[in-house]
Amino acid sequence: MSSLEIRSLYVALAATPDKPIVKGLDLTIKTGEVHAIMGPNGTGKSTLSKAIAGHPDYVITSGDVLLDGKSILEMEPDERARAGLFLAFQYPSEIPGVSIANFLRAAVQARLAEGEELDATAYYKRLYSKMDLLKIDRKFTSRSVNEGFSGGEKKRCEILQMAMLEPKFSLMDETDSGLDIDALRIVAEGVNTLKGGELGVLLITHYQRLLNYIVPDFVHVMYDGRIVKSGDKSLALELEAKGYDWVKTELAAATA
Amino acid sequence: MKPPSEILAAPDAADEAAAVENPVAGIDQAVGDFTYDVKYEFDAGSGLNESVIRYISGVKKEADWILDFRLKAYQTFLDKPMPTHWATKDLENINFDKIRYYLSQGQKPKRTWDEVPDDIKRTFERLGIPEQERKFLAGVEAQFDSEAAYSNVKDIVAKQGVIFCNSTEALREHPEIFRKWFGKVIPTGDNKFSALNSAVFSGGSFIYVPKGVKVAMPLQAYFRINAENFGQFERTLIIADEGAEVTYMEGCTAPKFSTSTLHSAVVELVALKGAKIQYITVQNWAPNVFNLVTKRAIAMEDAEVKWIDCNIGSRLTMKYPGVVLKGKRARGEVVSIALANDGQHQDTGAKMIHAADDTTSLIVSKSISVGQGRATYRGVVHIPKHLKGCKNNTECDALLINTNSRTDTYPAIVVRGDSHAVQHEASVSKVSEDMIFYMQQRGLTEAQAMSLAVNGFVNDLVRQFPMEYSVELKRLIDLEMEGSVG
Repeated sequence: MSSLEIRSLYVALAATPDKPIVKGLDLTIKTGEVHAIMGPNGTGKSTLSKAIAGHPDYVITSGDVLLDGKSILEMEPDERARAGLFLAFQYPSEIPGVSIANFLRAAVQARLAEGEELDATAYYKRLYSKMDLLKIDRKFTSRSVNEGFSGGEKKRCEILQMAMLEPKFSLMDETDSGLDIDALRIVAEGVNTLKGGELGVLLITHYQRLLNYIVPDFVHVMYDGRIVKSGDKSLALELEAKGYDWVKTELAAATA
Repeated sequence: MKPPSEILAAPDAADEAAAVENPVAGIDQAVGDFTYDVKYEFDAGSGLNESVIRYISGVKKEADWILDFRLKAYQTFLDKPMPTHWATKDLENINFDKIRYYLSQGQKPKRTWDEVPDDIKRTFERLGIPEQERKFLAGVEAQFDSEAAYSNVKDIVAKQGVIFCNSTEALREHPEIFRKWFGKVIPTGDNKFSALNSAVFSGGSFIYVPKGVKVAMPLQAYFRINAENFGQFERTLIIADEGAEVTYMEGCTAPKFSTSTLHSAVVELVALKGAKIQYITVQNWAPNVFNLVTKRAIAMEDAEVKWIDCNIGSRLTMKYPGVVLKGKRARGEVVSIALANDGQHQDTGAKMIHAADDTTSLIVSKSISVGQGRATYRGVVHIPKHLKGCKNNTECDALLINTNSRTDTYPAIVVRGDSHAVQHEASVSKVSEDMIFYMQQRGLTEAQAMSLAVNGFVNDLVRQFPMEYSVELKRLIDLEMEGSVG
């Protein structure tokens, strides 16, 4: 079993390091678990996931992120990825002219030891089996990565990559944004197929509706850069019923 | 003439200063970056004058008309100014007195690799030429400095009457075929460098494909510069007779010397009625080579000429393959890819001269600028008033890798008359930080991510290449991008 520990993490934009966005966040995720972070817009949810993945726009001003007890903060984004961290992007980039199959092939190849060549036949066999598992059409992988994709296709492409790269931890940033209800169901099915066992999931979402499809083991409420409330899946329902103002009021009362 | 040992003395301060002004750091040109000591039997020394031209012509035992042609061209070369007013001042850094204009071990190319002298053979073996020949080529000519060391065409092709040899041999053995077109598609005075080539040309491929013969496999030439301070001036003339079809590919490399090297070729293609010629170049010159090449084709009625041109490496490349669409319904196409890395300037483009009704031309140009690399597209499309039904489509796309990379586009499209269709599209894109981060998040290093982005950018063009060349091009792009980050 692996663990991802976030310890007293402070994150700011690299351009404005003295203005923290994430302000002392603590969270531990183990493989097999699904954690959901919910919170109002602008509270630092996406910043958290990008900073953990090593996006150059963000700087971690204090605290630490440990993967199986080892700090990843000195690692390049690609080293973090190869160590087992996956970020499902809210807005995945387009890569014109590079097919999904070739892109994934390069990503799988990058995980092999130096001098080791990818077995192309085995790779395609595995790719097709994952596509079958996620009910994705074979033609899909000959398209350029995310180019001209609908919102739903982009998210399915992210899920397929996650399936192929078999991370230890997946940070899913607003995976439900821009999806209609059918697309949401399809994406959620994909995550449900992959979750548990050797995968830990951190779902970042603004809305509770995703959690109707992917049932979390833990729900955390993030507000003003830190986790202010944690609970089980019932917390999500409570939030849905009472709105985020409820948390704000409660928080104000506690600190008063 | 001076023996080689004297000419190989240390370069003077001016050359060293020029080299320092253009630092090219961190680029892996490893594939072609090696040189072996070779004993040259014929050496015209450094610098250019009439006696050098007479020496070259004498060594080749040329007919008088060729010597005359050379001497006249030399005069034209001297009279023509450097085209620095529209191109680049970097041309002024070419020191014509330092260049060695002719170096060879002997004149007659060998027909089998076994006969090629070991010191030359190992170069081509290291570049994989004999292996490629066995696998997929109809014929190969391998030029080492001034002359072809090896030239062979497979029996099956030779039996069809295809002639494939170097310029010296062709003009001596088959003047009735080649003299008619030699210097006609590109006249000596076309530009300063076509004049220079006409004065000192050596090597290159002369090809004749008889009426109706379709050469199934490509013919290939490989141009290798081995000596420092050397100028390579190959001359190529391909004639596809009526209804004939041929694909010709050329590859080029040179080792990385501290001083600059000049490569200045003239390539003329003649596609007679209904003929098809496809000419593919993948060059990977070392970053100190001045590559100033004139390439033009003439396409008669219903003929098709397609230039596929990949420019990687070199210090300065100036090359604008053109097609003169001389016969009705002729079709011309230029597909080009240029990659300009730090300290490099790729000044490339295409020329389409419509000279008959219902002619069609297509230009697709993609350039990539890395670091302080500069890519320039220059295009000419000319459709005069008296013609009818001509079409041109031009598409130029530029990809900038870094914020200090540079790209320029100078399209000159002159269309007169009212029955033509012309379309021009240009785009500039940048590899965004987000795109690179996205790929890194999937486990690719920054350099791998860059490579993949660049390969994606040129992918639709690369797919038009023969398999072996598209693999080679991808590998070259990977090597170039490796040195571009970090």
